[in-house]
Amino acid sequence: MTRISSSRPVSSGAVGEPATRRTRRSSRDEGVWYPRWFWPSFSAPSTIVLLLLFVFPFYVIVGVAFGKLDPIFGDPIPVWNPAQWDRAALSFTLSNIVSSDGLYHAALIRTLWFVTGATALCLLVGYPFAYFLARHSGRFKPVFLAAFFAPFLISYMMRMTAWVNLLQDNGYVNQVLRWLGIMDTPYSWLSGKSLTVILGLVYGYVPLMVLPLYAALDRIPQSNLEASRDLGASPTSTFFRVTLPASGQAILAGVILCGLAMFGDYFTNQLLAGTTGTRMIGNWVVDSLASPLQVPRGATLALLLTLLLIPPILYYLRSSRRASRGVVA
Amino acid sequence: MTAAVAPDPGVAAHGRRRIRDLVANPWGKPRFLWAYALLFVAWTLIPIVLAILFSFNPGRALSAFQGFSLRWYIGDPNESVLHDPALRRAVVQSLKLAVGTALITVPLGVSFAVGMDRWKGRGSGTTDFIMMFSFVVPELIVAVALFLVFTKSFTFVGLGTSGQLLGMIVLSIAFVVVIVRARLLSLGREYEEVAMDLGASPFQALRRVLLPLLFPATLACTAMLFVFTLDDFVIANTLSRDVATETISVKIWAARGTPTPVVNALGSTMLFAATIVVVLAYLLFRRLTRGESGERSVGLPIA
Repeated sequence: MTRISSSRPVSSGAVGEPATRRTRRSSRDEGVWYPRWFWPSFSAPSTIVLLLLFVFPFYVIVGVAFGKLDPIFGDPIPVWNPAQWDRAALSFTLSNIVSSDGLYHAALIRTLWFVTGATALCLLVGYPFAYFLARHSGRFKPVFLAAFFAPFLISYMMRMTAWVNLLQDNGYVNQVLRWLGIMDTPYSWLSGKSLTVILGLVYGYVPLMVLPLYAALDRIPQSNLEASRDLGASPTSTFFRVTLPASGQAILAGVILCGLAMFGDYFTNQLLAGTTGTRMIGNWVVDSLASPLQVPRGATLALLLTLLLIPPILYYLRSSRRASRGVVA
Repeated sequence: MTAAVAPDPGVAAHGRRRIRDLVANPWGKPRFLWAYALLFVAWTLIPIVLAILFSFNPGRALSAFQGFSLRWYIGDPNESVLHDPALRRAVVQSLKLAVGTALITVPLGVSFAVGMDRWKGRGSGTTDFIMMFSFVVPELIVAVALFLVFTKSFTFVGLGTSGQLLGMIVLSIAFVVVIVRARLLSLGREYEEVAMDLGASPFQALRRVLLPLLFPATLACTAMLFVFTLDDFVIANTLSRDVATETISVKIWAARGTPTPVVNALGSTMLFAATIVVVLAYLLFRRLTRGESGERSVGLPIA
């Protein structure tokens, strides 16, 4: 396939008429107007940056994870040759993940539970809003869109700080709850509560869920829904048999986007709880950078995290690629 | 609605039907969804609005308003954003990184998007894949990887401003590419073909036809990139060298546990800077795309 597209169409050349006229609209005529290096050279600078600072770094993680420690200073030294790799850090990390009293075991379970819970809540909270935005906001659509996009422009730290203000023991949330009569004594939200962290994650990442959902729901033609209604489906079954299947891809995309972001999160829990009882796997990764002895373990953890996340990433990339082709067609 | 609880069976049936119609009519006004959406927006925005208001509080309280003052911005001789040297440095560092990243990344990304839109030869698929991979991989992993690269391999870069800048550039190229590519797809190749049929060289067609057409999308993503980088935390924190290279986000994070009005003021300062940039870019964008429908000119980047 690549051969065909990069080589000049032979037939048109043989006939001797200008190829430009015949294959005007086909995408196979690059070779006709441009030297072959012309377009690749546009992509070259970014490609070089990516190779040096994105692809190579992954190899450095591997090298450090399987590397040695300097015998005198205790500094980690990356080992480039796979034949000389040292599996000490890997076996240490794996055994601490697997055994139930291991260092990373609790944090990993907690991370999975936080991410699953918060992602599910994001979907639950985000779907109705995306649905409203796409179908029912009417002439107020720009207003709601602006309100929806605002969080993207506001610093994540600022948004979390805003909740820290409100969740103080004498803060507005407790005041409102007391005024409503839901609880008498103030609830100390910020003293290492898992609930606070999950709600914080939901607040932080729900825009990532709404964005793909809105894009998909907005694309469903009104005529499909009308057809479903005309054929006798109730609104509920129209929703479940037309709207929901049409947004299935977007739900997966949103879940993956949210989940990926939350897996890499190590600051929400620190801001809203900050105790060892809410540590996530990201905290172990980041904290390991501070002490040289720990670095190989941190690198191993980062490596395992990457391996864990590669399947959803691949799935997302494939489906979004297909979706973008669908839009063009 | 109240009719539903009335004792008379006829009225009750009528009321039930009314409720059913209310819920069932897909083209009626969905009151529940409206209420929900308003609640959602309130939940999204009220905390932020309150935080901004607290930053104008003259006292230290975070749960009671005592008036309006600029104490935490410029008033206080020691602790305000303007007079605390550490905070001022953080603001400068954030702005420096944001401007630098936007200026370097946008040309890189636009050039890449244009190249990839036309280059379909061997290797293009892999290159494209790597680019999109960098778009979705968690920032933490890249930050850790770059930390190791800058401390073990490319030690001449090291940690600090240049490391942070490079990290932000790598992670934001894909963002530009996604937006610009959406615009390229909606433009098609016809404009350039016409230009070349009329005698323009490939370079002329690019410079005088395609780039002007891409300019609005480029402008939009420059502004967005500026804002995202201004707010960036993970790269800024992981790759900072010392206190001098900490950004606003890092300062806010470092103050966790002891929230003060200064933290709110710091966050609000960042928000104001972001808003100014976005509004200016939006006004310019509107001027440039007059007569075009808005959806087409940027395109929604995520499927």
